[in-house]
Amino acid sequence: MSDQVNLTVDGIRVSVAPGTTILQACEEAGAEIPRFCYHERLSVAGNCRMCLVEVEKAPKPVASCAMPVAPDMVVSTKSDSVKAAREGVMEFLLINHPLDCPICDQGGECDLQDQALGFGGDASRFADNKRAVENKHMGPLVSTIMTRCIHCTRCVRFAQEVAGVPEIGAIGRGEDMEITTYLEASLDSEMSGNVIDLCPVGALTSRPYAFTARPWELKKTETIDVMDAVGSNIRVDMRGREAMRIMPRNHDDVNEEWLSDKSRFVWDGLNTQRLDRPYVRARKNLTPASWDDAFALIAKKLAGKGAKTAAIAGDLVCGEGQFALKALMDKLESPHVDCRQDGAKLSGPRGNYIFNTSIAGIEDADALLLIGTNPRLEAPVLNARIRKRYLMGDFPIATIGAPVELTYEAETLGAGPDTLAELVAGKHGFSDVLAKAKRPMIIVGQGALTRADGDAVLAAAIELAEKSSAISDTWNGFNVLHTAAARVAGLDLGLLPGEGGLDVAGIQDAAQSGDVETVILYGADEIAGASLGDAFVIYIGSHGDRGAHRADVILPAAAYTEKQAIYVNTEGRVQMTEPAATPPGEAREDWKIFRALSEVLGLTLPFDNLAEVRRAMFEVAPHFAQIDGLSESAAPKAPAAQKMAKAAFDYSVTDFYFTNPIARASATMADCAKAKQQRDGEIEGTGTHG
Amino acid sequence: MLRDEDRIFKNIYGLDGADLTAAKARGDWDGTGELIKKGRDWVIDEVKASGLRGRGGAGFPTGLKWSFMPKENDGRPHYLVINADESEPGTCKDRDILRHEPHKLLEGFLLAGFAMGAHACYIYVRGEFIREREAVQRAVDEAYAAGLLGKNAAGSGWDYDIYVHHGAGAYICGEETALIESLEGKKGQPRLKPPFPANMGLYGCPTTVNNVESIAVAPTICRRGGGWFSGLGRDGNTGTKLFCISGHVNNPCNVEEEMGIPLKELIEKHAGGVRGGWDNLLAVIPGGSSVPLLPKEICDTVLMDFDSLKEVQSGLGTAAVIVMDKSTDIIKAIARISHFYKHESCGQCTPCREGTGWMWRVLERMAAGEAQVKEIDMLLQVTKQIEGHTICALGDAAAWPVQGLIRHFRPLIEERLTRGPGHQEAAE
Repeated sequence: MSDQVNLTVDGIRVSVAPGTTILQACEEAGAEIPRFCYHERLSVAGNCRMCLVEVEKAPKPVASCAMPVAPDMVVSTKSDSVKAAREGVMEFLLINHPLDCPICDQGGECDLQDQALGFGGDASRFADNKRAVENKHMGPLVSTIMTRCIHCTRCVRFAQEVAGVPEIGAIGRGEDMEITTYLEASLDSEMSGNVIDLCPVGALTSRPYAFTARPWELKKTETIDVMDAVGSNIRVDMRGREAMRIMPRNHDDVNEEWLSDKSRFVWDGLNTQRLDRPYVRARKNLTPASWDDAFALIAKKLAGKGAKTAAIAGDLVCGEGQFALKALMDKLESPHVDCRQDGAKLSGPRGNYIFNTSIAGIEDADALLLIGTNPRLEAPVLNARIRKRYLMGDFPIATIGAPVELTYEAETLGAGPDTLAELVAGKHGFSDVLAKAKRPMIIVGQGALTRADGDAVLAAAIELAEKSSAISDTWNGFNVLHTAAARVAGLDLGLLPGEGGLDVAGIQDAAQSGDVETVILYGADEIAGASLGDAFVIYIGSHGDRGAHRADVILPAAAYTEKQAIYVNTEGRVQMTEPAATPPGEAREDWKIFRALSEVLGLTLPFDNLAEVRRAMFEVAPHFAQIDGLSESAAPKAPAAQKMAKAAFDYSVTDFYFTNPIARASATMADCAKAKQQRDGEIEGTGTHG
Repeated sequence: MLRDEDRIFKNIYGLDGADLTAAKARGDWDGTGELIKKGRDWVIDEVKASGLRGRGGAGFPTGLKWSFMPKENDGRPHYLVINADESEPGTCKDRDILRHEPHKLLEGFLLAGFAMGAHACYIYVRGEFIREREAVQRAVDEAYAAGLLGKNAAGSGWDYDIYVHHGAGAYICGEETALIESLEGKKGQPRLKPPFPANMGLYGCPTTVNNVESIAVAPTICRRGGGWFSGLGRDGNTGTKLFCISGHVNNPCNVEEEMGIPLKELIEKHAGGVRGGWDNLLAVIPGGSSVPLLPKEICDTVLMDFDSLKEVQSGLGTAAVIVMDKSTDIIKAIARISHFYKHESCGQCTPCREGTGWMWRVLERMAAGEAQVKEIDMLLQVTKQIEGHTICALGDAAAWPVQGLIRHFRPLIEERLTRGPGHQEAAE
């Protein structure tokens, strides 16, 4: 191409796009450039000086991370002066860095360690005392050993740019410069754990993971997160059967390389409150039982009453399990199935219930309206993408709902349906903004859809999208932001009330009236126990939470890290988890439980292994076969609905750290919630606070 | 010696008033509007013809710098920023301009700002300069009242506003990009270049940062012509310059002299000579603390201008002449300078943050005779590891004095280290 820039790196000609930095061009040419402060997803700081290279005609070595290429530049990355510069910088970094690698959690995955080996000298010439820096309190997630800090400011830039909370900064100057949070408060961010990954040394490390394992002794499994509906790509690190930590994996179109704190630190919840054997309620108490006994009891209760059985699928369950549940309910000839335990008024066509624009597509949008959603709590990683777009400029954002603290400027238009109706009627100032925008986005949250008039809100939102050219041949700006990882798969598989079937609210009413005698809660823990009346409750899930407490029979199932299973994220992306461990004790993979139960009930489901489950599932939902794919969806179509009520929109997530059974089982999440309350002044701190 | 009629700063000693009337009597604000009406290019050409080099230390040609500003306005405003954060140890020339010749400065702002298409000028005054800031503010108020600033400034048809900003006393904020950061309300840390301020400066707009003295001489240059200014001094080192002479001289002073005056003449004629006579001279730091010192042999003959001092591996810097006689413990003196740079390093980039403290500690031990001889070479290497590897010039400024010490006084250091601790001569 003619607009490419040609240059020479170590004698190799490379051709790169204008505006590329020398560092990127060097990588293109295969020359490795050491760096500490430079990070692809953060602004360029150029302060570590490790990436210095020699450029012909430049009087001094050049920081390659910051310098754009120029035509016919001649770059040398291997000359003596470059080697000397790197060794010099390395020596400076090490003179005040403690020699405590043996007791440092970063050991084995430390940029400084690796680069000192590759580019450093062999001995220290520094004869004076090393600097010591007091540790800073950064909350329950981030452990600090600030003496190790090399002042690369990656954490500062992350907090400012990605997390949108300018609370980390540097105080002092010269060698007394210290990185700290404002007044040493814990970081008010749902993304704070990412600074641990970003820190190239052991200054910021994971507090819950502290001193528990070394990276080389961990078995790493690449899988998918289910703490929200983003479907962040993660890696679960196990030692034996125990999850030791969770790290993000890069996926440019989903989570880039970020991860929310809930997704990252929930692992201790995987090891506690586990249902590792079946239970049956005898007299008042749940008592351990064998699978056979549990199944026998269920068979007795269900005999001849299949049509009086209802099933509700929860937030964390997988596609295969939901498919098997639906198949079982079909065999039982019960239409009372619902995957929307929050009562959201969502159903087909598919365009009505997914995030059509896609997460990466947010970057192409030019206006945004949030309806009854607080993406900062409902999907922090997706929220970071909105902030990324916001930072590019010219991106008006407005919200309908109670004012919340977002990580970008947003105009609160109003609290509820009235404002939405005004927008639809074109009577609101922001209508013009949406009308003028070429690629406007509308995001509807579960808070606006779980109400009794949710379908009316949905209809209004779709109408608004159609009116404001948010839906065209080339652009689909209508989006539903889910909070449950299971939901889109459930909707895709048709886990909805069938002919004459009851929805979640209906099931609860019927359970109280006795019309429904048995309720299967498949990982559904957000249903109030009392609302199920005297119904016989079968709980199938991984954690002893609300559902299990109400249950009469508990069948232990696998958590998301213990099965190979398909999940579909809010944008309709099909992704597959991989098992990092086997389910604990007698717990079994979800589909196997339904398959075994069906046999006991004499209604044997037609699959005997995972491949057969999938084959059957792909017949219902062919797009599930396309892993990591975003399939074409039908355009949104406003459902017929009554008028909207007056009440203001609520938000579906208010207690970020406690949204699901695994998070509620996690001590770390409890610590986070407590720190958040302290920060917000809701409870007094203890010990040395204030 | 500079003739009195060629003197630009006629009131540098404050013997006359600093107010507008007195300034006008000295010739300031004389026909400024007419000068502006001659056009942008005319002003820049006069300054270019004068050969004026920046008086802040780096000596970059001022006219050329002004011409880097975009010719056409692309919708962003242009800014002129005046660097009055004079903090280089030994330097006190801008201070006297602020105190005694503020109107010369304001007139310079207007001319320079006009020449680069700026309607707004910020003057960043060093944090410690309380009275100086008051003096400038007084002059600004006077000028506004007299119609010399504001709408149609000085009848030129050019609207011009000046804002006085008070710094907080950080040396690094004298670095132009750190100054811009500080002016924007951020932590004073230098920016990476490119982009240069002429493209992306204050608030992301085209900006030129100039030293006080560079700007203050501009009106006189425009009035008397670039040719007059370039007729003084020698080629490439033209005009007059304020020298600040301090240290072991009988009469420390600021003095305006012609560029290229011999150092010896400067000291003997204006500062009353070295304490105890010329032969009692040990060394001179010719351009503020960041340039390498010169031993007496070089001081005997060297000329005070950019190129002559560069030839002897030093620099004119801010032309702050620090004289040290033979009573000086030169190692201790440089250690003190090193401490200054360690204290003032912003801490942003590695070599300066870590290296300045290292150099200072080694020098302190050397001054006390507590280092090993082989550490001299190590120290020199450390200075080379800093020099040229940092974001801004503070790294160089910290390295050069140490290099100068080792270059010229290595035998002295070796002797002290060989004798060991407890034997150093008592510093004054």
